[in-house]
Amino acid sequence: SEQILIKGGKIVNDDQSFYADIYVEDGLIKQIGENLLVPGGAKTIDAHGHLVLPGGIDVHTRLQVPALGMAPADGFYQGTKAALAGGTTMIIDHVCPDAGTSLLAAYEQWRAIADSQACCDYSLHIDIPRWHESLREELEALVKDKGVNSFLVFMAYKDKLQCSDAQMYEIFGIARDLGAIAQVHAENGDIIDEEQKRLLELGITGPEGHVLSRPEEVEAEAVYRAITIAKQANCPLYVTKVMSRGAADVLAQARRKGTVVYGEPIAASLGTDGSHYWSKNWAKAAAFVTSPPISPDPTTPEHLSSLLSCGDLQVTGSAHCTFTTAQKAVGKDNFTLIPEGTNGAEERMAIVWEQCVVPGKMDENDFVAVTSTNAAKIFNCYPRKGRVAVGSDADLVVWNPRASQIISAKTHNLNVEYNIFEGTECRGVPTVVISQGRVVLQDGTLSVTQGSGRFIPRKTFPDFVYKRIKARNRLAEVHGVPRGLYDGPVHEVLASAKAVAPTAASRMAPCAGKALAAPVRNLHQSGFSLSGSQADDHIARRTAQKIMAPPGGRSNITSLS
Amino acid sequence: QSDRLLIKGGRIINDDHSFYADLYLEDGLIKQIGENLIVPGGVKTIEANGRMVIPGGIDVNTYLQKPYQGMTAVDDFYQGTKAALAGGTTMIIDHVFPEPGSSLLTSFEKWHEAADTKSCCDYSLHVDITSWYDGIREELEILVQDKGVNSFQVYMAYKDLYQMSDSQLYEAFNFLKSLGAVILVHAENGDLIAQEQKRILEMGITGPEGHALSRPEELEAEAVFRAITIASRINCPVYITKVMSKSAADIIALARKKGPLVFGEPITASLGTDGTHYWSKNWAKAAAFVTSPPLSPDPTTPDHLNSLLACGDLQVTGSGHCPYSTAQKAIGKDNFTMIPEGVNGIEERMSVVWDKAVATGKMDESQFVAVTSTNAAKIFNLYPRKGRIAVGSDADVVIWDPDKVKTITAKSHKSAIEYNIFEGMECHGAPLVVISQGKIVFEDGNLHVNKGMGRFIPRKPFPEYLYQRIKIRNKVGGLQGVSRGMYDGPVYEIPATPKYATPAPSTKSSPAKNQPPPIRNLHQSNFSLSGAQIDDNNPRRTGHRIVAPPGGRSNITSLG
Repeated sequence: SEQILIKGGKIVNDDQSFYADIYVEDGLIKQIGENLLVPGGAKTIDAHGHLVLPGGIDVHTRLQVPALGMAPADGFYQGTKAALAGGTTMIIDHVCPDAGTSLLAAYEQWRAIADSQACCDYSLHIDIPRWHESLREELEALVKDKGVNSFLVFMAYKDKLQCSDAQMYEIFGIARDLGAIAQVHAENGDIIDEEQKRLLELGITGPEGHVLSRPEEVEAEAVYRAITIAKQANCPLYVTKVMSRGAADVLAQARRKGTVVYGEPIAASLGTDGSHYWSKNWAKAAAFVTSPPISPDPTTPEHLSSLLSCGDLQVTGSAHCTFTTAQKAVGKDNFTLIPEGTNGAEERMAIVWEQCVVPGKMDENDFVAVTSTNAAKIFNCYPRKGRVAVGSDADLVVWNPRASQIISAKTHNLNVEYNIFEGTECRGVPTVVISQGRVVLQDGTLSVTQGSGRFIPRKTFPDFVYKRIKARNRLAEVHGVPRGLYDGPVHEVLASAKAVAPTAASRMAPCAGKALAAPVRNLHQSGFSLSGSQADDHIARRTAQKIMAPPGGRSNITSLS
Repeated sequence: QSDRLLIKGGRIINDDHSFYADLYLEDGLIKQIGENLIVPGGVKTIEANGRMVIPGGIDVNTYLQKPYQGMTAVDDFYQGTKAALAGGTTMIIDHVFPEPGSSLLTSFEKWHEAADTKSCCDYSLHVDITSWYDGIREELEILVQDKGVNSFQVYMAYKDLYQMSDSQLYEAFNFLKSLGAVILVHAENGDLIAQEQKRILEMGITGPEGHALSRPEELEAEAVFRAITIASRINCPVYITKVMSKSAADIIALARKKGPLVFGEPITASLGTDGTHYWSKNWAKAAAFVTSPPLSPDPTTPDHLNSLLACGDLQVTGSGHCPYSTAQKAIGKDNFTMIPEGVNGIEERMSVVWDKAVATGKMDESQFVAVTSTNAAKIFNLYPRKGRIAVGSDADVVIWDPDKVKTITAKSHKSAIEYNIFEGMECHGAPLVVISQGKIVFEDGNLHVNKGMGRFIPRKPFPEYLYQRIKIRNKVGGLQGVSRGMYDGPVYEIPATPKYATPAPSTKSSPAKNQPPPIRNLHQSNFSLSGAQIDDNNPRRTGHRIVAPPGGRSNITSLG
């Protein structure tokens, strides 16, 4: 690795900015200060008039998640290359196991691909598509041995990935005990499913159907529900892809009430809006298809960037998951088949700068917080990542706030034909990007090495998140009321239990998606079995009788106090 | 045979304005309003002496016949409506509660019959949808078109019993909207309640406090939020029964500001008392408060709900009256989940609202009439027959004394239960005279009622108060696709073998997991588990797992 001296820049952390030089060696930041003593032959980068930031952390990418058996157009190589070009030096990618694949196997599969292809450091979230009890051990193994501390559950994609409320409660409980972060994809899958059916019946098959079937109330509802469940389970919650005003507001309100919840808007929701779904150009409209959809309300980016600036939302991702037009065209006659995902890994930093810093909503320190530091704190890689400090990884970006660029599919580092930010002018450009102590971008030239990215394991119980949770756990104990045994009269329950669960399958609605689970013990049901012989079968049944005035008068315990 | 009555010198209060006038009642109807009325001789005259004359109260939520484990609540239609009349309520809308397995129609007839023979005041019926079964649509249609029912309740709680999934709610809302019905929702998240009940029982908490602990108010608010979301997708009105907590009420208030047609019904219990009593050392007292959603343990709740009721964010008041005797409640003495749910409130409702809202200056008399009677009549399409003092309306009239002070106690109440959850509460405001169907049924503290004199009041669908707006929104809310040329570019070819395999065998799945319903699941393999197979004649080998088959894994199971 190289020896690099960055001279004359203004170092920006999330808490303060100051002028100093930085000396980098062995992939680490070795010295910060003025008039540093550095060995000869160190490469010098002149950063006068520029900012030196901790490299960006993209908390949400999906570089390898297949849709209908198709791999995304940008794999780990292309995706991380694009990320570096935009000033992002670490990604956290989502592992989404196929049905029938164990979480551990999927994890290993992702590791193998990423290790051989990624150009920047990476870490992994694990998605939990189908919950069953035996996954508990796998989660434990992943947390204890594999350096994963975050799991995502889906509230959408009915009959495929969707979790019921009861399952979420269980998973959140496990995550809390393991010290992991529970992430949710928040959309009400039941309603979406019905709306999709309705829209297809109306003959709406184009990409506008995607956003019509997933209105923002459905996102806000799910965020609200997820927060309720997480609060019940006393588990920290992280909402991925905050795409609409409604969802962001629900989240902000919950934080005001003290819930430990984090929200992640993405480059797409901060930088563009969903009016493009109505584009006459099918391919362009389809390029915007992602879930939750980009809100058609054009004031959304403005609102989300305001919440991001005031701390109601904390981190930014990209949810980068791109498909070529030919791949998107699988759904040309049915919007529900369009593979979901937009670009954003490369554009994220510039979009946030343009939307938040340029109009004066946030300062450069806040910018560092939402693009890098907060993510490092939440996902427990701070201060190794997310800070310019002696001993931290040498992931640095020299940022030129005076340059500008125009985003275009012609110049981006991706394999897809459309860029959803096409034509957006961004003032603020990374001029030099240093990853693991190596210069990977300088003077507009990328020099990356496939497979140079390392897996960054993350420990459990991040202080930033769990300190409060632990304190609350201690306080949350509930106690029963010690009272004498009730010894008054008890109404005799008719032997033939009336409360029968709806049994016969023929009575169930065809759309029974949720509940109607069988083998759990139902506490509302009587313990009497409906079939089978009883000990007193030979005794004739008495009809129940009410005891209004028991012999001997009422017992003490029932008297009014 | 019906009385001819002249009420002289009263101040008539409607929801819009009040004025001094005399009132002449005949044949169960209000015949004349004005001064110096010309009335036949021999008419009984009541001197109101400037007191208020208000339309009789309408209690929109009672369960006088609700079965639980083979028993019914101790106040039946006779006892319950007697108590209602004594409190100034001249009409109730009772919930028909079909036990899963019995049809809506038969249950409706059962309730209708019981009420016809026992009820002392006019009544109408809501029908609860306790399961969504094949053929229910036809029954709902009959109920709406021929039976005079226009409101149906669905449940978001009671997992595995009455609870409906979001998909079912969507379907039910859609259908009920097409019938022009009012959709009532019992809003609590049943999935989470079931989990919390398990947890709390495991911790060894079995008393009534477990009921409140397992149903925190967040779960109520969550369900309200979800119900409103679903309803606003469908563009149908939704009515939340039993608003018990501040957060649920706030969600309703917030939603109304954004446009959805939402109505909220706090009940006597949530307006008059709080849930701290669940922690009472007296088991029987604590158990008397058990109802769902539970009373909020937050003692500022009644004040907040009364404020929202006063400003119009909540619109109607019910009682949720469904009292069980202590012996009946004691079925759950070792397990709070077995305690039959329900509290009293039918008799106390009007006085509690007066005391908490009017006597404190939160609302005026007209708003009092609105929330205790008029709004209910409008929502459930009884207006102006009920809910208004006007010529031609039913002669359900109450002379109200705002200065009367009464202490509520189980010793003097009309209900058959041992505990009154408002025990000891001093209430300002009480009825002096109650007139139902033109007859004096309550005067000087004495009831004069006849069993079975209550009539069934049929209600028509599409109440204007709700559906006028819905109809307009339907028209403007049409969806249209984008007309664009056919996409004629390249299309990626999807590999022929679908990647989604069968979800793991059932032994692996958690017990709580949803078993896929009988719909065809496209992700499942189409192998049949039973039935004849081609190789039936071959002797079966015991199954063995091929962990590492020779020649590597075959394509179909590979991870890629």
